[in-house]
Amino acid sequence: MTGFSFDAVAAILFIPAGAAAILAAMPNYRMTAVVNVIASLLTLLAALSLFITERPAPGQYLLVDDLNIVFIVLNTFVGFTTSVFSASYIAHELETGRLTAPNLRFYHAMYQIMMFGMNLAFVSNNIGLMWVAVELATLTTVLMVGIYRTHEALEAAWKYFILGSVGIALALFGTILVYMAAQPVVGEGTNAMVWSVLIEKAAQFDPALLSVAFIFLLLGYGTKVGLAPLHAWLPDAHAEGPTPISAVLSGLLLNVALYAVLRFKLLLAASPQAIGPGPLMVTMGLTSLIFAAFMLYRRRDIKRLFAYSSIEHMGIIVFAFGMGGPLANFAGLLHMVMHSLTKSAIFFAVGHIAQVKGTQKISEIRGLTESHPGLGWALVIGVVAIAGLPPLGIFMSEFLVVSSTFARHPWLAIPLVFGLLIAFGALLLRLTGVAFGEPRGGMAPVEASYVPMYSHLALVFAAGIYLPPPLVAWFQHVAGILG
Amino acid sequence: MNGLTFDIAHLLAGSLVLISFMMLYQDRLFALINVFALHAVVLALSVAWQAYIQDAHHLYITAAIALVFKAIVIPVGLHRIIQRLGIHRDIETAVGIGPTMLAGIGLVTLSMVLMLRVTPEADPLAREDLAFALSIILLGLLVMVTRRNAVSQVVGFMSLENGLVLAATGAKGMPLVVEISVAFSILIAFIVIGVFLFRIRERFDSVDIGALDDYRGERR
Repeated sequence: MTGFSFDAVAAILFIPAGAAAILAAMPNYRMTAVVNVIASLLTLLAALSLFITERPAPGQYLLVDDLNIVFIVLNTFVGFTTSVFSASYIAHELETGRLTAPNLRFYHAMYQIMMFGMNLAFVSNNIGLMWVAVELATLTTVLMVGIYRTHEALEAAWKYFILGSVGIALALFGTILVYMAAQPVVGEGTNAMVWSVLIEKAAQFDPALLSVAFIFLLLGYGTKVGLAPLHAWLPDAHAEGPTPISAVLSGLLLNVALYAVLRFKLLLAASPQAIGPGPLMVTMGLTSLIFAAFMLYRRRDIKRLFAYSSIEHMGIIVFAFGMGGPLANFAGLLHMVMHSLTKSAIFFAVGHIAQVKGTQKISEIRGLTESHPGLGWALVIGVVAIAGLPPLGIFMSEFLVVSSTFARHPWLAIPLVFGLLIAFGALLLRLTGVAFGEPRGGMAPVEASYVPMYSHLALVFAAGIYLPPPLVAWFQHVAGILG
Repeated sequence: MNGLTFDIAHLLAGSLVLISFMMLYQDRLFALINVFALHAVVLALSVAWQAYIQDAHHLYITAAIALVFKAIVIPVGLHRIIQRLGIHRDIETAVGIGPTMLAGIGLVTLSMVLMLRVTPEADPLAREDLAFALSIILLGLLVMVTRRNAVSQVVGFMSLENGLVLAATGAKGMPLVVEISVAFSILIAFIVIGVFLFRIRERFDSVDIGALDDYRGERR
């Protein structure tokens, strides 16, 4: 009944939860980083085992289907690599005294609770439980964004908390409305919140109520996706928190909210008389893309720059899913994976760069490829990838988004391409300054962990050259589910 | 449905909207918190009444949580914080009271028009509950945007959550999971905010968000 009788799903929930308890109680702060990495690795292995173990029947609370496996594996993978990056990043923060040992215990425990919350959001089959999980993940990241306790970090955390709470409150109201719509058809009780039951009977729901519910859900979870004009928290939270948190915020937490939006989009699509979710998502996606593209030009802080780039890419992804259809969904899914990998790799590089140079100001960072070739070239590859240049993976997914738009709604392709080009220009402009020229700023050698960022970039590169047929088939299948 | 039970439910939910309006024009922190406590008491009554007419005993727990945490523990805690921080002076409202009240009236009209239109087939009680709940949520948002002080933003947020609880209890047979989670999330939210307030206090001797506001958008 409860769905806890099977292994893999229980493992991806209990490993982070148990690790959080252990980490909170561990006195030796040097060990905590190691335990954090091990726990994240185990969670990743558990997630991978979802592919081979027999899939359980959907329960009242938990569900594993073809759609969420993609999200779970991506989530646990980036969670694992970030924990490796975090270990070296945090060691430096300890040396410079920005964080203390008790901070660290708290940080690692929160990291695992956040992973638990995100995994729970992905496997939940109950729209109430999903809401609780998203809220949990949000609260833990709020605490971590504020961990430096500087003026700026506190303001960022406060802004994030207030906007995030308002978003999450709107999402809860939307969830209640979905229940109200389902209740006359499904009957009272837990079943009217079980997603797999809802999707079967969505055609009989009151379309007007369902439409209003979706608007609340899109606004609510959309705040967490970082869609303009609800994005105000995102740049601050990215810039002021520890960089590993910026990486998981961009790479993972935005995806969690996106996943919630997708689930409800499916629900709405199953009800023929309700408003189409597509135009709403297309509009919000395009707005975010174009807005963020212009904002990229005026950034002076390097983490803020990439935060705006995340808004831009979430805009593209939401646009693609809003377009719908097998090709656009495939492109959206691929773009989401590529963006998560690339953006977290960029943040890994930026984290070490900011530590070495002692600043996040773009104007004070120059000539990285000369002073720190390892970091500099990682950043160059990352930015080239994120700007959408061939042959990397994002080029392919953006190309698919654009071509599917041209095929179906040529008029929409104009603002889309416009936004992409604007953002492209801004990123390359900033990159040339930061990466090339006369080195400026701290020259100290860096003790960086190159493995996480280069492994991400290698994956993105490989995906740009060659996508294995089983993966393509899998994504096509999922794109088909997404309708 | 019996006319009287309907009327009482209606009365309680309507009073919540009225009390939300009262929050809009409070210009002292203590008064604002007292009004919030009243809001929570009426919410507890309303939830208890729903529990009685729906014969749903688990809702009594939600009512008790509303009464104990929101009407007693949190207001007392906030009073203490305010005293300790020494900020029991006027609230600096970002927008005047007149325009705020007008905006509030507009928001209530909006939510009535919207919710009553999209729920013609729903149970009349649940339907009006939902319309009232949306009004309370929007008024809570309005409190949050018209105040610059961190404590009053927190109060605005909690009144917003009260609206959510009203909506959740009005939806007949909504699983317990959600109600308890709402109550817990408020508690967690309160702890989070408490932590923040103390941190802010540590650093700046102020919980006025305006003091934090000079840092805008970009590091210069």
